Amino acid sequence: MNTGKQKRVIPGTTMFDGDMARKGYALNKMCFSFNSAENRAAYLKDKEAYCDKHGLNEQQKKAVLSLQVLDMLAAGGNAYYLAKLGGIFGLDMQDIGAQQTGMTKDEFKAKLVAAGRS
Amino acid sequence: MAKIVGGINVTHVPYIGRAIANKLQQDPYWKPFFDGFPPVRQWLAKVKPDIAVVIYNDHGLNFFLDKMPTFAIGAAAEYNNADEGWGIPTLPPYQGDVDLSWHMIDSLIEEEFDMVTCQEMLVDHAFTIPLELFWPDQHPCPVRTVPICVNTVQFPLPKPARCFKFGQAIGRAIESWDSDARVVVIGTGGLSHQLDGQRAGFINKEFDLMFMEKLISDPLWVTRYSIPDLVELTGTQGVELINWLTARGALLGEVAKVHANYHVPISNTASGLLCMEAV
Repeated sequence: MNTGKQKRVIPGTTMFDGDMARKGYALNKMCFSFNSAENRAAYLKDKEAYCDKHGLNEQQKKAVLSLQVLDMLAAGGNAYYLAKLGGIFGLDMQDIGAQQTGMTKDEFKAKLVAAGRS
Repeated sequence: MAKIVGGINVTHVPYIGRAIANKLQQDPYWKPFFDGFPPVRQWLAKVKPDIAVVIYNDHGLNFFLDKMPTFAIGAAAEYNNADEGWGIPTLPPYQGDVDLSWHMIDSLIEEEFDMVTCQEMLVDHAFTIPLELFWPDQHPCPVRTVPICVNTVQFPLPKPARCFKFGQAIGRAIESWDSDARVVVIGTGGLSHQLDGQRAGFINKEFDLMFMEKLISDPLWVTRYSIPDLVELTGTQGVELINWLTARGALLGEVAKVHANYHVPISNTASGLLCMEAV
């Protein structure tokens, strides 16, 4: 999917562009389905079967089943849709932020508070 | 002709919805955020808008990547909120104004903003939470609404300069409507925040405060930046501030600040509030 375009590099940041939207379509579509309580319940009942039904590839499935956010992003996941998956497990944005930055949740929250003081 | 009474820009973090439902307005974590709103509510009580045009971004409730419009507008008599998957309460329907919607569609497309038009449209927290903050505990919401969605999900996003011009076209559309209605323009999202990647938790207070100031005095200042510049400066979701810029454009001409508030953090976000009126 290398289109040869020059892309802006911002450390620790992925812009969800056409390449990512193509790569992550199945994963994001599965997450979009979690707007429905019935689908959330179906996912919890058999996660792997639900992933298969939505056509996730092995990379996406592994990332989703292990709940590793950076791996989901690398597999084409978009933050707005992945948040719906996080919601199933009661993960809030500080849980997700802490996991991605390798901090504890308290450390991550302290970092946010510090950003408001600077 | 219809009159634009002013504009309000505000953050739309989903957890605000949960804080409202759990009545946490005076909780120490939430108080600095909620304390920003009484002056805005007083201003609204004074200027008495009939209609709110709400410029926001959908987060995967109404739109998915199967069809992702850059600019979309509602043209429905009623807009429903619905389950977004993360447990915030679903709110009662919002009344639309179909006549204004279609007048705006005609005017915007005449001005070469080729809108996607939606006669059915679910509205998510980015639309509902600001209305809950401005008119608390009022169901149904006391104003009619026209939702306008700007894509901030899938890049490329509309350029800041384009968003400002889009806002100006929205302003001209409203002011050319043959009605005695009073209209408030609302822009939602931002300010700096990043939910995803190793840079999650990124906040840029200095830029946010400058942006809020410039939005009053020199809104073209922000049009010097590209979308990737704004991502770098404000985070992958901080870029939602293009909705603020669009709303500011709709105010056409000079404005004065009615009230502002800025507080970090609410969830992972720098929360902002900016109420403006024409001078």
